[in-house]
Amino acid sequence: MHQVEVATTQETLLDSPEMVLNMGPQHPSTHGVLRVILKLDGETVIDLDCDIGYLHRGMEKIAEHRLYPMIAPYWDRLDYIAAVSNGLLWVETVEQMLGLEVPPRAHYIRTVLTELNRISSHLLWLATHGLDIGSFTVLLWALREREEILKIFERQFGARLTCHAWRIGGMPNDTYDGFTEDVTQFVDNFPHRLAEYETLLSENRIWLGRTVGIGVISAEDAIAIGLSGPALRGSGVAWDIRKSRPYAAYADMEFEVPVGENGDTYDRYLVRLEEMRQSRLIVQQALAKMPDGPVNAKVPKIIKPPAGDYYHSIEGPKGEIGCYLVSDGSSRPARVRVRPPCLINLQALRQMCLGHLVADVVAIIGTLDIVLGEIDR
Amino acid sequence: MSIISDIVENTKAIIKGMSVTFSYIPKEKWTVQYPDEPVTMQPRYRGQHLLHVDELGREKCVACFLCAAACPSDCIYIIAADDPRAPEERTGVDERFAEVYNIDYGRCIFCGYCVEACPKDAITHGYNFELSVYNRADLLKTKDDLLITKQKQSPNYRVAFADEDVDSEYKEV
Ligand code: SF4
Ligand code: SF4
Repeated sequence: MHQVEVATTQETLLDSPEMVLNMGPQHPSTHGVLRVILKLDGETVIDLDCDIGYLHRGMEKIAEHRLYPMIAPYWDRLDYIAAVSNGLLWVETVEQMLGLEVPPRAHYIRTVLTELNRISSHLLWLATHGLDIGSFTVLLWALREREEILKIFERQFGARLTCHAWRIGGMPNDTYDGFTEDVTQFVDNFPHRLAEYETLLSENRIWLGRTVGIGVISAEDAIAIGLSGPALRGSGVAWDIRKSRPYAAYADMEFEVPVGENGDTYDRYLVRLEEMRQSRLIVQQALAKMPDGPVNAKVPKIIKPPAGDYYHSIEGPKGEIGCYLVSDGSSRPARVRVRPPCLINLQALRQMCLGHLVADVVAIIGTLDIVLGEIDR
Repeated sequence: MSIISDIVENTKAIIKGMSVTFSYIPKEKWTVQYPDEPVTMQPRYRGQHLLHVDELGREKCVACFLCAAACPSDCIYIIAADDPRAPEERTGVDERFAEVYNIDYGRCIFCGYCVEACPKDAITHGYNFELSVYNRADLLKTKDDLLITKQKQSPNYRVAFADEDVDSEYKEV
């Protein structure tokens, strides 16, 4: 903690040997347009600050001027890596405000595809995180598996990234012919692929050197900052919205919440790998239990939730993504607020980076798994 | 002694690593040589819109503005007009037709609401995804670009049949 004291002294730059370095906004390892202002002592980070907002599109303001169904495609653009689960957040919030009963089949399909989305998000994380730390092969391999998921999305939703997957009260189409086969084929092959990544990385000396003991955050600090998702579970806190406040069909699924021990980058890597395995199990269970029936509830033509406010959150791939919705009884929301997991996880960056080298900042940004579209909204 | 065992160990490790690499060489390639080879689009893919015509070649759109009202990003611009001619000679199936029908692809988010809203099935999503232009103004597409009879079809993609398993060869482990 001595480092923190050095960091807070307000010396003029020219009188001191400290150096201020701008990392980003145009930097390949900041995963978007994030500007990190580093204060360096040699190569050691003694302070840092993040400058965000380069990707601000005013989503929450736009939402105040749109009808309720029209907002769904915008929500895909929050965290564009996880468009399916963001879309689920919006439609579930409105459904619960309206008190709509969604048919069970829709819930199960939503569970399958949201979990596939979690796998694809974690795969992209693994690919880019590996690339940041210097493992190029895992980039190609993880993107290959992600491609299979995106193909399923393209067949089901008609788009690969900004899927616009759900509608309020259900989904636009039932699953396509061959959906079950496609998904089964993917989940059957996937453990083999995960094992390949593990041979590449888990005992790789370079990987261990770059991740073990880097960016440590204790459970207390993680809770105090408000971390969620794998970043929190890596520190040993078993907090998962899918377990604590189940939505979609998660109440019927059996799965474990993997946790780490040391709260370092390596533990978060292990947690995410294990989460992919658990997601795969959830997909298998949901496919096996998939009920028949309609996929759409009866939805009023004009959606007007009763006046009041509502908060709903789901476990996105990056953490707890929540939506606070205030309705004044009209067909447009009075105020929408998103609880962005990436923004809150990013707050831990300073504490994680102090005392580490510049190269470790890259690893730590990678391990937080941020998406700037969601941070800036 | 230690140098020799080091060399042996390292060589073993390299052989082990490279054997994985070499085992991939004879396998099926995953990459598609776009644009030399066409890419395959899935049937539900949402690409550039198509405005449809009926069997007599008349435009199906009746300029009811439902698509423009449903559009979240306000990118559809329509001017309605009346065509008093006899039904066979009309531009559209109905007396009322869209004299101007523009979609601004600088704004469109390919959500599909316009297609869902249309009561006449006059607008659907095509499969064209190659929308890059050199000049931003060119992103504004008029009826000349959108009508199914006039839209230029790119040879760079093909559409999979609904029951076709286009990527099964890539899925073997
Ligand atoms: S796809 Fe969506 S954004 Fe594009 S024109 Fe249709 S309704 Fe508007
Ligand atoms: S495309 Fe369809 S919805 Fe749009 S104006 Fe024409 S008929 Fe109406």
